[in-house]
Amino acid sequence: MNQAVKTKACPLSLKDLPNGALARIVQMPEKDGCADRLEALGLRAGKVVEKISGMPFHGPVTLQLDGRQIAIGWKISSSIMVAPIKNRGGEDD
Amino acid sequence: MTDRAEKKLLLVGNPNVGKSALFTRLTGVHALSSNYPGTTVGFLEGRLVRGGEAWRVIDVPGAYTLSPTNEAEEVADRMIGEGADAAVVVLDATALERNLYLAFQVLERGMPVLFALNMVDEARHKGVEIDFRLLEELLGAPVVPTVAVSGEGISSLIDRLSEASVVNSPARTREERWAAIGSVIEKVQRVTHRHHTLLDKLEDASVDSFWGLLIGIAVIAASLAAIRFAGEGIIDGILDPLVERFWRPVVEQASSALGGGGVAHDIIVGRIFDGAVDFEQSFGLITTGLYVPIVMVLPYVLSFYAVLSLLEDFGYLPRLAVIFDALLHRMGLHGFAIVPSLLGLGCNVPGILATRVLDSKRERFIAATLISVAIPCAGLQAMIIGAVGDLGMKWVAVVYGTLLGAWLILGRILHSLLPGFSPELIVEIPPYRMPALSAMGLKLWMRIKGFFMEAVPLVLFGIIFVSALDALGITAFLSRLLAPVFSGLLGLPAEAAAPILLGILRKDVAMGMLASLGLSPSQLVVATVALAMTFPCIATFIVLWRELGGRRMAASLGIMIVSALAAGVTVRFLLAFSL
Repeated sequence: MNQAVKTKACPLSLKDLPNGALARIVQMPEKDGCADRLEALGLRAGKVVEKISGMPFHGPVTLQLDGRQIAIGWKISSSIMVAPIKNRGGEDD
Repeated sequence: MTDRAEKKLLLVGNPNVGKSALFTRLTGVHALSSNYPGTTVGFLEGRLVRGGEAWRVIDVPGAYTLSPTNEAEEVADRMIGEGADAAVVVLDATALERNLYLAFQVLERGMPVLFALNMVDEARHKGVEIDFRLLEELLGAPVVPTVAVSGEGISSLIDRLSEASVVNSPARTREERWAAIGSVIEKVQRVTHRHHTLLDKLEDASVDSFWGLLIGIAVIAASLAAIRFAGEGIIDGILDPLVERFWRPVVEQASSALGGGGVAHDIIVGRIFDGAVDFEQSFGLITTGLYVPIVMVLPYVLSFYAVLSLLEDFGYLPRLAVIFDALLHRMGLHGFAIVPSLLGLGCNVPGILATRVLDSKRERFIAATLISVAIPCAGLQAMIIGAVGDLGMKWVAVVYGTLLGAWLILGRILHSLLPGFSPELIVEIPPYRMPALSAMGLKLWMRIKGFFMEAVPLVLFGIIFVSALDALGITAFLSRLLAPVFSGLLGLPAEAAAPILLGILRKDVAMGMLASLGLSPSQLVVATVALAMTFPCIATFIVLWRELGGRRMAASLGIMIVSALAAGVTVRFLLAFSL
C-alpha cells in the first residue's frame, strides 16, 4: 500500500490532523519518559498513522497504528509532528 | 515450596496479548484474564508437570519494553534479570511488529526463549498472514502459533519447551532494534486489505467526539439501571424472603436464650422494636451486623462487579478513559483514573486499591482522596436512598448532585494546590472482544471473595467498637462537644451530632439514626451529604492508611472533614434560598 501514497509538504501537529486522515510521523517529542512509552507502543518517526478522533476540550487523540488503536493525551499529540499523506486509491479527495 | 528439580519458566509479553489466558492453559490454575492494560500488575505463579518435568510458571507483568516506563515494566525487567530456565515470549499476531520490540530485548538478555504466536485466528480475520516457519528461522528460536483462549497450539508449545534456545543476539541500540524488526516483518508478514466490520465501526464510534460521548452516557446509564434492577431483584426476590423464613427464627431463639435484654443481648441481637427484631435498626451482631453487608450491600456489589467485569473484558474501559481524560486532566489525573473511581462506586476499598495503577504519588493521593470523600459505595448509596428516597427523587438528586459537584470541585482544588502536574494519557485500546465467561466468572468470584474477606469482618468489628463507645459514654461526650458545630454551621439539631460521629465507623447505622430524628427535608439532605462525605467506613479508613501512609492519610482526612463541612454549609444555604 505504501507505494500508492505520496507525502505532502507542510508538517503539522497530530492534534491538528483532521479525523480520518493518514499521515507519516516526521518528528516525535523530545526524549523523556513519555517518548519511551510512545516508542514502546510502536509510535515513532517514519510510521504511518490514521487519526481516528480527537476529543473536545483538549481531550486525547486516538489513532490507528498497524491495526491497533492508541490514545494519547492532547499535550503529547500537539508535540508530535506529522506529514499528511494522500491515498491515491482512496475514495476521499 | 520449590523443588530442586523444578525448572523456572517465565511468561513474558506486552499487555493484552492473552498472556493470562495462556498461563491458565499451561498451569490449569485459573488466573485473572482481562482486557484492560494494568490489571496484571501483580504476578501469578503456577505449576506445569509434563513428561516427568516440573515447571514453575511465572506470569510476568505485561510490559511493552524492558527499559521501564512504569512499575509493571520495572517488575518485568527485574524478573527477567533474575534469570530462568526458559521464557515463553507471547506475541500478539495482530500487532507483531510492536511485540517484537520486547521479544528482541528478551533475546538480547541471553535467556533461552521460545515464542507463542498468539491470536493467530484474530490476525487471520484482520487479513494478517504470518509465515511462522520463516519467523522461527529468522529469530533462531521455536515459534508456535497459538490461540490461548481456545487452547489451540498449547500442547505443541509444551512439547517444544525443551527446545527453548539462547540466541546469540548482539546488544542493539533502539534504532538498530527497530531496523532489525523492520526487516523481519518485511519478510514474514503479509497484510491484505479488508473491509471494516460492524465491530470496527463501533470501535471508532466509541472514541468519536460526538458518538463516543453518547455511547459513554448510554453505557453508564444502562449499567446503572442493570445494577439497580439486578440488586433489587436479588434482595426482594431471594435474600429478604430467605432471611424472614430461616434467619428470623434463629435470631428470635437467640434473643430469648439471652433473656430478651441486657448487655450481651444488646451486642449480639441488639434492640427490640415492638417485640420484634428490626434487621436494619437493631444494631446487633447477628441482626444488623450481618443483614447490612450481606442482604443490603452484597447484592449491589455483586451486580456492580458483574457489569464492570463485562465492560472490562469486552474492552470498553480504555474507551471510557479516553472520554473522561479531558475532564480528569483538570483534576490532576488522566483518563485511566476513571477505572478506580468506578470501582469505588461498588466498594471504596477495591477502588482505592486500584489507584495503584496510577503513575505518581500525587495522582494516587488525589484519586484515593476523591474516592473516599465523594464516591458513594453501593452500601452508602443504599443508605442514601433509604434515608432520603422517601422524600422523593428530587432530594436524592440533590445529594448525588452535591457529591458529583464535590468530586469535581475538590479535584480541581487539589490539582491547583498540590505541586506537580497532570500526567498525559498514553493507552493502547484493545479491540472489542467477546468476553470469555469462565474468566469473567472467576474474576467476579475473586472480587466478591475480597469483599467478604476485607469488608465484612471490619463491619462486624465496627459494630462492637461502636457499642463500646456508646456504653462508655464517649459518643455522648463527643456529641456534646461538637453539637455547636453541627447546629451553627449545618443548621442541624444537637442530636444529629451523634449519628454523624457514628458515621466514622458505621454510615449505615448512622443513616438509620438520622431517619428517626424527625428532621425537615432540607436538614435531612444536609445531614446525609455531611455523612456521605465524612469519614469512609472503617475498612476504607484502614486501606487508605495502608496505601497512603500515616501522613498522607491524615492530610486526606483533614481534607475530608473540611470538604464535608463546606458542602454541608453550601447545600444548607442553597436550599434555604431556593425553597
